[in-house]
Amino acid sequence: MLEEPLVFARSNPGAVACRLPQCDVPESPVDSLIPPEQQRQSRLALPELYEWDVVRHYTRLSHQSYGVDVGIYPLGSCTMKYNPRINEDMARLPGLAEIHPAQPAQQLQGALRLMLELERALCAIGGMDAVTLQPPAGAQGEFTALACFRAFHRDRGQTQRTRIIVPDSSHGTNPASAARCGFTITQIASTAEGRTDLDALDRALGDDVAGFMLTNPNTLGLFESGVARICEMVHTAGGLVYCDGANMNALLGVARPGDMGFDAMHFNLHKTFSTPHGGGGPGAGPIGVKRHLEPYLPVPRIVEKPDGTLGLDEDRPKSIGRVHSFFGNFGVLVRGYAYILSHGPEGLAEVTRRAVLNANYMRHRLEGAYEIPHPGPCMHEFVLSADRQKAQGCKALDIAKRLIDLGLHPPSVYFPLIVSEAMMIEPTETETKRALDHLIEAFLQVARECEDTPDVVLHAPTQAIRSRLDEVRAAREMVLREEL
Amino acid sequence: MYPEDLKYTETHEWARVEGTEVTVGISSYAANELGDIVFVDLPEVGAAVAVGESMGSIESVKAVEELRAPVTGTVSAVNEGLADTPEVVNSDPYGEGWMVKITLSDASELAKLMDAAAYKATIESGS
Repeated sequence: MLEEPLVFARSNPGAVACRLPQCDVPESPVDSLIPPEQQRQSRLALPELYEWDVVRHYTRLSHQSYGVDVGIYPLGSCTMKYNPRINEDMARLPGLAEIHPAQPAQQLQGALRLMLELERALCAIGGMDAVTLQPPAGAQGEFTALACFRAFHRDRGQTQRTRIIVPDSSHGTNPASAARCGFTITQIASTAEGRTDLDALDRALGDDVAGFMLTNPNTLGLFESGVARICEMVHTAGGLVYCDGANMNALLGVARPGDMGFDAMHFNLHKTFSTPHGGGGPGAGPIGVKRHLEPYLPVPRIVEKPDGTLGLDEDRPKSIGRVHSFFGNFGVLVRGYAYILSHGPEGLAEVTRRAVLNANYMRHRLEGAYEIPHPGPCMHEFVLSADRQKAQGCKALDIAKRLIDLGLHPPSVYFPLIVSEAMMIEPTETETKRALDHLIEAFLQVARECEDTPDVVLHAPTQAIRSRLDEVRAAREMVLREEL
Repeated sequence: MYPEDLKYTETHEWARVEGTEVTVGISSYAANELGDIVFVDLPEVGAAVAVGESMGSIESVKAVEELRAPVTGTVSAVNEGLADTPEVVNSDPYGEGWMVKITLSDASELAKLMDAAAYKATIESGS
């Protein structure tokens, strides 16, 4: 494949991709708007290209990329499922795509109705009493819920509750969100079976604890079988329990965090509910809460008036305030809603059953070739260890790079941190047995190569547009801007 | 691999004790497990540190790990050179790769640190 230069290097002076129509309002000279000393003196070197140059440049770049529209994408913890095209059709409906968030509520009734219905659907899926759609990402959902925890405790005069407990298998966002919210963090170890250690939790609890954050199933892909007891212990100690909903693809339509005892949770619409992700956004991380936390949710809240119309309620004195402008990432909400409606309750349960079946099938087929540190069965994902291969000289990173040569996206590596040489595989439900078998054969081939021809693994990738990247230099000598 | 004249923690720091001054770094095992180290974040000179508590962080291409104080005391010096050449933690973990010097406040804490043989045993048992 040929190198593709930056779009700036393709600039062709004088070329234009579009011609703007005559301005039909009075023009204001720049000097009347911006003082001369604040105006740029040099010419802004934006690339000048014809429309076809732009289209061809980005199409060529897309050929070098890999995504869920290209093939299986077993990146553990990320739920890289196929994104159904009906979601896109719905998001492009003019009545949804062409409205402006600053329009008055009476002109946005359809959009507000969609959002209210989505809130209700998520309440039903999570077993929660109220949902806010405002947070634009999972981690911001965590932050929003923790801010509600803090407001809840303060409201009860429990200002000493400044500590959050997390297991050592947690997503890094959990302690990060808690720290960002002003809490101190206590991390507790997992048991040898990869579950929350109830004795360690008991020792960590106290009257300074605001809450416990738990991912269920956890990042090892294992169901936290002690979850009901965990919630009871935290509640008895006066704390609240947060469910990191990152792994909802293992629970949809089958089990509900609210029924397990959780007080709050987030949903990743961009994972579980199939909206596009992987490029850094946009996402949507709605949170659901039980009744006792509802007064603290961000404003505005969508309310149904007696005449059946919908309005926005800003008058919530206990609210933590806004966490995002307007209504969150509305276009993502439309896609998530379309996914829920097109599946229905039984369809969503089938998503979970297939996701769990696919993961267990892969796990079973790979357990002879790779070490599996925690006993199964697993839920929607599982974690292998490349310790055996490391002893032969090839680490998890090398195996991941070799899979690129075989035309596949690698799994997550080196997470969760509690498994050495971790490789985390989440096939999702949107893969056929044939696709799973193809991926399994690739993993088995690489395991054989680690034994027989380790150099092939250690020097991979050789078939990709880029060979092995210098990750140290990439982390230390970042080039974040192109001088214009 | 684990110098005999050093003490070790369960969280893979080493400590060289000279009077009341304790020099701290991470073991060759920890450096190797982390892989290529790209940033080391160290405390300020004069900062109070408590035994077992985080006093800095070490970032590699794989993960970010905390640097924990092996003893309680006050930071008397930090290895400023690591800002530009963190890779010496990988190449010379017990020498050029030292991180922090602490003036210890409670010498009795030293008894809780492991010697090289005990540390080697914890690693070989897979903990």
